[in-house]
Amino acid sequence: MAYFRSHVLFSTDPTIVEQGGMQVKEALLKEIKNKNLSEEVEVIDTPRIGDSKHGPEIMVYPEGYHYVGLTTKDIPFIVEEQFLKGRPVEKFLAPALKEKAQELRAPTAKEVRVVLRNCGKINPENIEEYIAENGYEALAKVITDYSQDEVLEIIKASGLRGRGGAGFPTWLKWDLTKKATGSPKYLICNADEGDPGAFMNRSVLESDPHSVLEGMIIAAYTIGASQGYIYCRAEYPIAVKTLNIAIGQAREYGLLGNNIFGTDFSFDIEVRKGAGAFVCGEETALISSIEGKRGEPYPKPPFPATQGVFGKPTNINNVETYANIPQIIFHGADWFASMGTEKSKGTKTFALAGDVKQTGLIEVPFGITLREIVFDVGGGIKNDKGFKAIQTGGPMGGCLPASFLDLPVDYESLTSAGSMMGSGGMVVMDEDTCMVDIARFFMEFTQAESCGKCVPCRVGTKRILEILTRICDGEGKDGDIETLEELCKDIMSNSLCGLGKGAPNPVVSTLKHFRDEYEAHIFEKKCPAKTCKALIHYEINPENCVGCTMCARNCPVNAITGSPKQTHVINPDICIRCGICKQVCNYEAVEVT
Amino acid sequence: MASRTEITIRVTDAVKDALETYEKKEEELIPILSKVNRDLGFLPQEALELISDGLKVPKSRVKSVASFYHMLSTKPLGRHVIRFCENAPCHVAGGGEIWSALKEATNLQAGETSPDGKWSLITTSCLGLCAVGPVMVVDGDVYGNLTVDKIPEILGRYE
Amino acid sequence: MNKINSLDDLKRVREEALEKRSKTAVSGKAHVIIGMGTCGIAAGARETMKAVLDYIESEKMEGILVTQTGCIGLCEQEPILQVVRGDEEKVTYGKVDPEVAKRILKEHVSDGKIVKDHVVNL
Repeated sequence: MAYFRSHVLFSTDPTIVEQGGMQVKEALLKEIKNKNLSEEVEVIDTPRIGDSKHGPEIMVYPEGYHYVGLTTKDIPFIVEEQFLKGRPVEKFLAPALKEKAQELRAPTAKEVRVVLRNCGKINPENIEEYIAENGYEALAKVITDYSQDEVLEIIKASGLRGRGGAGFPTWLKWDLTKKATGSPKYLICNADEGDPGAFMNRSVLESDPHSVLEGMIIAAYTIGASQGYIYCRAEYPIAVKTLNIAIGQAREYGLLGNNIFGTDFSFDIEVRKGAGAFVCGEETALISSIEGKRGEPYPKPPFPATQGVFGKPTNINNVETYANIPQIIFHGADWFASMGTEKSKGTKTFALAGDVKQTGLIEVPFGITLREIVFDVGGGIKNDKGFKAIQTGGPMGGCLPASFLDLPVDYESLTSAGSMMGSGGMVVMDEDTCMVDIARFFMEFTQAESCGKCVPCRVGTKRILEILTRICDGEGKDGDIETLEELCKDIMSNSLCGLGKGAPNPVVSTLKHFRDEYEAHIFEKKCPAKTCKALIHYEINPENCVGCTMCARNCPVNAITGSPKQTHVINPDICIRCGICKQVCNYEAVEVT
Repeated sequence: MASRTEITIRVTDAVKDALETYEKKEEELIPILSKVNRDLGFLPQEALELISDGLKVPKSRVKSVASFYHMLSTKPLGRHVIRFCENAPCHVAGGGEIWSALKEATNLQAGETSPDGKWSLITTSCLGLCAVGPVMVVDGDVYGNLTVDKIPEILGRYE
Repeated sequence: MNKINSLDDLKRVREEALEKRSKTAVSGKAHVIIGMGTCGIAAGARETMKAVLDYIESEKMEGILVTQTGCIGLCEQEPILQVVRGDEEKVTYGKVDPEVAKRILKEHVSDGKIVKDHVVNL
């Protein structure tokens, strides 16, 4: 059977034929032949496509593009764009689809799926499907052909760095644990993905658990570990379930347990479920938690590589780091190192959220710009509003303004811009977002999650939060900004773990890039984004008001007065700034100042 | 209403069961506490004492671990626990309105349990479902893309 | 299940898995895949799965394989359902509630007509 890469449905509805449909069809067939596409594109008659109101129309599959209002003149252009260049011709898209095409994910040319390659493609509860996609072949190669040092060399040449956020070279971490004395050695997978807005690891664990297991087994072989733990947060029950199924199947096939691949290498993995504590994503806190203690961090050194779980040498990597390993072995270090920037190789998964059209999970090579992520992969800002900031790196990351949109993304560039890579959450904010409010929001989070062990973090975050809340409530005073800066500096330099060191970042970055907004709140008692309730006023513009009484009837506190057909007035002393009047007004007469 | 002894028997059984499942290993303290918490709905003082005896670890240690983690509760919770995600991505997606609607529907504030013991309303750390936010979990069931209109219907599913 | 003790053992398992997959295609059977990651479930994938199974049973449809997969990364389009009819290209649908699922089974799986208003471009 001939294989066509594209199918074009042509509507032969009588109304379409009346409007010269058949001539358009002939022109289409002729042009396809002219361009030598007859063996690639098939045209099929169909009785009807849409409502037939817009003139001759076609539907192109697999893309699902619906073009309407075609004339014979338009055909060469459409054939060229759609079938030769492979891009949609927006001009002729059906009106309903035009909107939808913008909602749908933009062409994914900028995405490269390494870690997410199997996600949504295979059944995660069936190991055979993973094996069908060349699963466990890297492991077989490693165990039967490579020495431990050879594996280290490959990982070193690939340039892989820890995907948990800090970006420490993976091979170096492995080498330290390999060289450490002490037995047994442990291997941990950090699956305590706690950053709000980040869910890349959840997806990998739920959708392709074997890629993580295979990466762990290869790492265990390399460093000589005999027992592995996956520390997975309790908020991910399905990930825990899928992992346990995957581990069971791997054991049945002898890929975990004693004498893997008939050699004398033995290794097994156990899932440890967290109990809800953000700080456990920090590696020393995670170790405490695996040992059955309060998940509090402890000072380093000693590093886990020499003294980790139960005081033994322990290697900890993140889910995404392990999931990269089989691919590096399978395709080679050069292939991996060909993607990315000089210092950051390969791809990175991000969870795109907030005011962007296409939210969800993406995987892009390092070096891509923030603009490409927001506007090409993410499809731009929702409701076509203006871009204000992008928050990267989770709650301890920073907010970057539009002037950083052309920044190529890698570990160093984000850090030098005052943000960080973190685990890969990205929250996009539109022009209506108040940056002081956002800083307060993140501070609320870190303040609540501070484990309380050291004073700068425990008390300092609380003080910052109090000041920010005061500023948002319209009670900011001269000197607040300076106090905030001092507190941030002290917390960052005196805290024990990454949570405390990073906690002030949202405040520092917003102070740096959006200082004017803080000043407007404090000195002018105004919220430029018009979100802080204490600083905004609702007013009725007499020019637009027709006196329809709609607002007065809907006001929950009866703050609006006025007779029918007369201009209405809002009493600011009674108004609770709920915004209902603005929502119900049909004449755009309610304004926020 | 269950009598005092019935409650004690339930607690004793739950602790015994959890200790056996995890072979009384000290490092399994968190899984043991989680299991008892799941079976009883919370961790009563008696249970903490029994676990301390069973594992031969100080009571202070058991108590300090039980009070550290969000998923463990030392207070009794309602028959149905609503965990609402109030993190930034859900907040941006309109979580505030849903939170108000939940508080109104259950007549509770964050962390409270209704007098008839039906509902507990608590906030949770990020569930990683940001793309379908706002999100909540009732007992084990996840609900995404929440709107104010959906709340009464969802809560109505629970007796 | 036999243990995998060598690269050859592994290749054998892979070939068997690939063969199983191509058999489904050659026999002209339809394969319905539902995204059952947590995000899918939160958006109602369980109801969609139930509707699919109920419809297949009530309409006595034969030769249809229903399986699940994880998260494809397009969480906003969840619940996501994919259809592979015989050796045709895979079609991915977004925002598939029980009603849409029934339409897809009737119009696409049975009659071969793609339900275009729910197609997601990948």
